[in-house]
Amino acid sequence: MSIDMTQFLVTFYEESFEGLEIMESELLNLDVGAADAETINTIFRAAHSIKGGSGTFGLNAVASFTHVMETLLDEMRDGKRDVTQEGVEILLSSVDVLREMLQSLRDDLPLNHDAISVAQEQLDNLLNGSANNEREQVNTVTDSYEQGTGSNISETGCWKIYFNPNRDMYKTGNDAVRIIRELEELGEIEVRVDTSSLPGLDDIESEDSYLSWEIILKSDTSETDIREVFAWVEDECDLIISPYSGDVGDTKKSSENKPELNVAVLEKSFDALAPQAEALAARFYESLFSNHPEVKPLFKNTTPEKQQAKLLAALKLVVGSLKNPEALVKSLTEMGARHQAYGAVAEHYDVVASTLISTMKELAGDLWTSEVNTAWQDALGIIAGIMLDAYQPVVASGQQSQSTTPKASTPTKQPANTNKPATESRKASGSGETSIRVSIDKVDELINTVGELVITQAMLGQFGELEELDNSHLDTLRDGLSQLERNTRELQESVMRIRMLPISFAFQRFPRLVHDLSSQLGKKVELKMSGEQTELDKTVMEKIGDPLVHLVRNSMDHGIESPEKRIAAGKSEMGLVHLDAYHQGGNIVIEITDDGGGLNTEKILAKARSSGLVSADDNLTEDQVHDLIFQPGFSTADQVSDVSGRGVGMDVVRRNIRSLGGTVDVKSKEGDGSTFRIRLPLTLAILDGQLIRVGTEIYIIPLVSIIESVQVHKDKVNVISGRGEVYKLRDDYIPIVRLYHAFGLTADSTVLDKGLLVVVEAEGHKVALFVDELLAQQQVVIKSLETNYKKVEGLSGATILGDGTVALILDVVGLYELSKKVTTHPGLNLSSSGSSEDGDIEEIEVEEGKLDIQATNESSSNEDSGGEAVA
Amino acid sequence: MATILAVDDSASMRQMVTFTLKGAGHDVVEACDGKEALDKAKGQQFDLVISDVNMPVMDGITLIKELRALSEYKFTPLLMLTTESGDDKKAQGKTAGATGWIVKPFNPDQLLATIKKVL
Repeated sequence: MSIDMTQFLVTFYEESFEGLEIMESELLNLDVGAADAETINTIFRAAHSIKGGSGTFGLNAVASFTHVMETLLDEMRDGKRDVTQEGVEILLSSVDVLREMLQSLRDDLPLNHDAISVAQEQLDNLLNGSANNEREQVNTVTDSYEQGTGSNISETGCWKIYFNPNRDMYKTGNDAVRIIRELEELGEIEVRVDTSSLPGLDDIESEDSYLSWEIILKSDTSETDIREVFAWVEDECDLIISPYSGDVGDTKKSSENKPELNVAVLEKSFDALAPQAEALAARFYESLFSNHPEVKPLFKNTTPEKQQAKLLAALKLVVGSLKNPEALVKSLTEMGARHQAYGAVAEHYDVVASTLISTMKELAGDLWTSEVNTAWQDALGIIAGIMLDAYQPVVASGQQSQSTTPKASTPTKQPANTNKPATESRKASGSGETSIRVSIDKVDELINTVGELVITQAMLGQFGELEELDNSHLDTLRDGLSQLERNTRELQESVMRIRMLPISFAFQRFPRLVHDLSSQLGKKVELKMSGEQTELDKTVMEKIGDPLVHLVRNSMDHGIESPEKRIAAGKSEMGLVHLDAYHQGGNIVIEITDDGGGLNTEKILAKARSSGLVSADDNLTEDQVHDLIFQPGFSTADQVSDVSGRGVGMDVVRRNIRSLGGTVDVKSKEGDGSTFRIRLPLTLAILDGQLIRVGTEIYIIPLVSIIESVQVHKDKVNVISGRGEVYKLRDDYIPIVRLYHAFGLTADSTVLDKGLLVVVEAEGHKVALFVDELLAQQQVVIKSLETNYKKVEGLSGATILGDGTVALILDVVGLYELSKKVTTHPGLNLSSSGSSEDGDIEEIEVEEGKLDIQATNESSSNEDSGGEAVA
Repeated sequence: MATILAVDDSASMRQMVTFTLKGAGHDVVEACDGKEALDKAKGQQFDLVISDVNMPVMDGITLIKELRALSEYKFTPLLMLTTESGDDKKAQGKTAGATGWIVKPFNPDQLLATIKKVL
């Protein structure tokens, strides 16, 4: 089966980025010196998953880079390595490098090899401490595993396999019959079963294994491949594989390595020791560990009981096959390869041999003659020689075992196959393909809603088949239509919800940012986050990231004071930055609060006056002064700092947030800190709108910005010289914007008390829009003016109404700005229109933006009459 | 065809294992960690469990130990997914009662060849 691995890459990248976020935040949580084991484990797991996945999906550069990180973390986890500040910093920068690698691979960009090798070097240097040997050893293990154990081919084309499962092999889910069947796939087999160990029916344990097998396999396959079949039960059986001459007859004996053994003496002495075998094994390890504690680590993965049983099995095997040198060499070769994997080196063999001899001597007493001693010394020397011969030279990893039969070569061919799809995949995913992970609940809900929609459709579909409609059908039709309306609304809500993600995705980066900035600025700052589960549209989330970063940087750089200043001001040394998110009436609000010095009203005012933003006699409220920081080119920082003085001002933050249909304002108290409040729509695609009419045109005001609508009382309208008309609503004076005036239309009436004022609010400013009539409220789908036409001041987009006509959506903030420009424009006297019916457009110096609006309106009304407005 | 429980905390690995096994005609149930897997295994008899080792909540070795202790899973093949350098993990897994292992990284063909051995 050939499976395109690229299809899993999108998920892999996504979970890897999530894993990196986890690594980063947990690394920041790590207490140097007293690291929490579970925290390290969590970090390790994330690295481990990335390594595993990247290997599987063919991203080898990532796999080898993560391997080093993983090794480091593994050592920290096992307590072999202390968690140092240096280690944490290096791991943090490795996370950055890894993230960049994955991004480059995903977007099909070249890897930044310089950064990778720098990070790799740092990691290597860190590893190069005491634990370096360990790492080498891991490689050795890997290699010997991959290389397999002696892959010779039987010259006779025939193998003899002795297979004796331990009693409890079946309890691991392995099955001797399954293994024998698998052998059958390698070639023709002849099986002899040995039932001699089978107890009487009364004593038999149905779950235990009592049988052993002798199998003759006719196959020119390698021993490695045969051994592969037994890989899972290696420790749960006795296994001897040897080339078989049998009937074939004239096979020359492979006697080059034939040990010179005093077989009779060895057998006899071993038999004499047999009754004390268990004591021998126990005593052997006891004295081995007490005299040579350095070998202890070699036995870390086994229990004393198991190991003693192994020793006895090995001794029995060796002594039992003394008369069959070929088989003996075979089994010793295998044992040698295994011992290489355990980490045993030549010196260990001497230690073991001398300990074994002294133990046997101790137990055998008088029976231990010098002849016996010499026989065993020679024998153990030869055995060690053969076992050490079996050691594989250490080679670069990745080398595969040789295989000789086509069948057996299947697994080894695979790596070549995996590489290809991986390269292709990078191209496939390079097109900026993104995906979101959606909880199954949301999908179920969607399916459910679609199901209901189908039912409604069936209900309404009946009417299409009717010859004519009479009154009796009308009620059903109405029901159906209202059901359709409900279904559509629910469907829309479910689909929208799929795009919603918890804001924690945007918040995730801040612990690291605050950590890095704190040390950079020499300030102590605690970051508090709340409301991380508040959901927000994915597109909005992506675009709010940068403004948020800017605001947090700003709070840390300009808001929070230095520790000395804070102590002097009677505050705690540790500053606080609080990120909070919550829903408020169809909007999401994000607040960035700091307990720093707050905005310096006088300084701002002085700066604003000197740069001509406000005139000297302007009387501004505190909030208005604070709002000045969002003006282009406004910065009160005495020195441009590294952190936030990057030439990007608060005006850019406000502009970016506005482009998302949101607002930002600031509340600040000198000495106590500041709060920046961002208000965002939940989604960019749809808004709840209030339809209004001016003359023949229909406009839409976003419902969230409407405060109230009022009938005009003429006596509450005042004209302030140079600032236009204002309406007194309770204690507020609200500037009036006559929409027909702003857009150059002919309204039903230009007399204020014949129309309505819609009071709207944006960024803390209220404006009263003078309109002819309020129409329905409805949800409208936002179509961008910028992509379809161009940006127009005072408008945020357009939509298509139910009857197919195009209506423009008012940008309340933009209108407020426009109203200021218009009212402060020299030569314009809006106050004159307050009492008379003129409203002359000719008198107004029409700005470019407004001309565009006229043009747009004309074209849209032309289209209306043509009845082909829907593009 | 067999009913298989695939346990891995990595969504992409689960996706690949599931896709491969389903493609070969098996029924597959997924679990994200040992705990979830154990709950699912108690509610339904699986013919084979393939589990990752390093997982949050409950790791693969513990899962295998717990499963092996259940009478319904006494002889069920339990395979673990382990990395090439995980020799100590293999040993631990075997001690816990694992049938065998599949070495990561692996590809779909290797996976299918391996499970054929135990089904």
